[in-house]
Amino acid sequence: MIIIGERINGMFKDIGEALRNKDPKPIQEWAVKQEEGGSHYLDVNSGPAVPNDERPEAYEWMVKVIQEVSDLPICLDSTNYDAIEAGLKLLKRPGMINSCPAERDKIERVFPMAVKYNAALIGLTMDNKGIPKDAENRIVFAMELVAAADEFGLPFDELYIDPLILPCNVAQDHAPEVLESIRMVKTLANPAPKTVLGLSNVSQKAPDRGLINRTYLAMAMAVGLDAAIMDANDDELVDVAATCEILLNNSIYADSYLKVFRQR
Amino acid sequence: MAVALIKERYQNSVSELTIGATPEEGGTRTSVIKVGGDGTLPFLHFEGEMKNRPVIAMEVTDVPPVWSETLNSYYKDVYNDPVAWAKKCVEEYKADLLYVKLIGANPEGENRSPEECAKVVKDILGAVGVPLIVSGCEDPEKDNEVIAAVAEAGAGENLLIGVVEQDNYKSITAAAMVHRHSVIARSPLDINICKQLNILISEMGLPLDRIAIDPMIGGLGYGIEYAYSIMERARLGALANDKMLSMPMICTVGYEANRAKEANASEEEFPGWGDVKERAILWETMTATALLQAGASILLMRNPDAVRLVKENIDDMMVSNE
Repeated sequence: MIIIGERINGMFKDIGEALRNKDPKPIQEWAVKQEEGGSHYLDVNSGPAVPNDERPEAYEWMVKVIQEVSDLPICLDSTNYDAIEAGLKLLKRPGMINSCPAERDKIERVFPMAVKYNAALIGLTMDNKGIPKDAENRIVFAMELVAAADEFGLPFDELYIDPLILPCNVAQDHAPEVLESIRMVKTLANPAPKTVLGLSNVSQKAPDRGLINRTYLAMAMAVGLDAAIMDANDDELVDVAATCEILLNNSIYADSYLKVFRQR
Repeated sequence: MAVALIKERYQNSVSELTIGATPEEGGTRTSVIKVGGDGTLPFLHFEGEMKNRPVIAMEVTDVPPVWSETLNSYYKDVYNDPVAWAKKCVEEYKADLLYVKLIGANPEGENRSPEECAKVVKDILGAVGVPLIVSGCEDPEKDNEVIAAVAEAGAGENLLIGVVEQDNYKSITAAAMVHRHSVIARSPLDINICKQLNILISEMGLPLDRIAIDPMIGGLGYGIEYAYSIMERARLGALANDKMLSMPMICTVGYEANRAKEANASEEEFPGWGDVKERAILWETMTATALLQAGASILLMRNPDAVRLVKENIDDMMVSNE
């Protein structure tokens, strides 16, 4: 299970302020803290804290300050592809691009960039008309993304398909469709594309978010989820990921398996 | 029609363990041994790198052992002199390194003191240039004292010392850390305990590349298939990036093979089985070669003719099949 720590995001107040004040400290603290929690990648998203035209510079700065304190690979998260490219140029180790929808103009911009910088790529099962209601139509988009990987020379297992989970308190019917999508994505190519979720979205604005996140993570891992953008400092959630690895027989059991999972 | 070989891509390789230290490295060995580093399943050279060849450590005991008639025929002249025995193994039988088993420490037997045991190791170090593996008498409490003394006496020599087990790992691991040796981590044919023990040792602060896994084995005909499957699982775990299973494996081949009935029963007793001497050689050879295929890096062996045959097998298997 690949954990992509979600915390360095301008939507959070401390990170938003750090971006506005060019204060590296909160960003660096969260980089270290998420690494200790069990992150394998650090997601980096300026959010609306930085005006769009200033984002390339902001992503360069974030990459620079994070790499001063952490060796984790970085997942550059933006709809501004120039900002992503500015960050990619500075990465010390292969990173990840978050994300590209199934829209031809964006595919043509993002897929070659992933190949050029040896980065993994998150592909979203949506287009400019939005997110499909069911698994079948999500898979139509996933197939377009897989075909694009083939066309542009991105290895299939460097493509992470995100079938887009929605909050269960407003779009409950999507939860089982996303599980079915994960299962189907794994059959689309050989080697199979990887799958990823923005996990915390499933519990938006619900009172017991932790429980919903944990439960859905276990269900999704059981059908083949490879990665999640999630709260890497929710210990109970990370414990669920570690335990699923054991119960799916992906990792060999030892009494200290929870601790070892975090050591990587 | 050409057959396209399917090649697996692995994320990780086995850690590389060094035994012995030359004078430049703080020891007195004339050669050092490196094992492990494999990036694929055994001998699949076409798929990944097999960085180091498997090695054979020949067994020497500090006091005369109770071994088979066949083994006695090779060693009886040196049983009372571990230094002469060590030299014989190195000079005559071309051992890559030696496995010194301090059975004389056994409280039920000669109950030799830790100092006496350490002296034997010192004497052997003085007589031969190859690296040493040293283990105790299988009495955990006594071994903690004996191996601590050996670790101190051999400081700088980068010995491989053991054995540590899940319920008795702290003393010997600490001794290895203080005097810069590596340890043999033994688990009873159990992959889960194997991994847990490696975690416990590394939590004490010993680096992972200073551990060898002794998975415990069965000889040919006596559970070797269990050993094979455990070793295979450990190796696949290592290649799939399980750092706590990524150590080279060491196997007590000589001990297990030579206690099999087939390595000892006379031809008079079982006329269909043929000459016991030949049979004993083959029993140890077959046990060793099977375990090489399961991923063994260090074979602890006794019979010099089996050692010779297994070396030939290793030579053949190390030829590239790319």
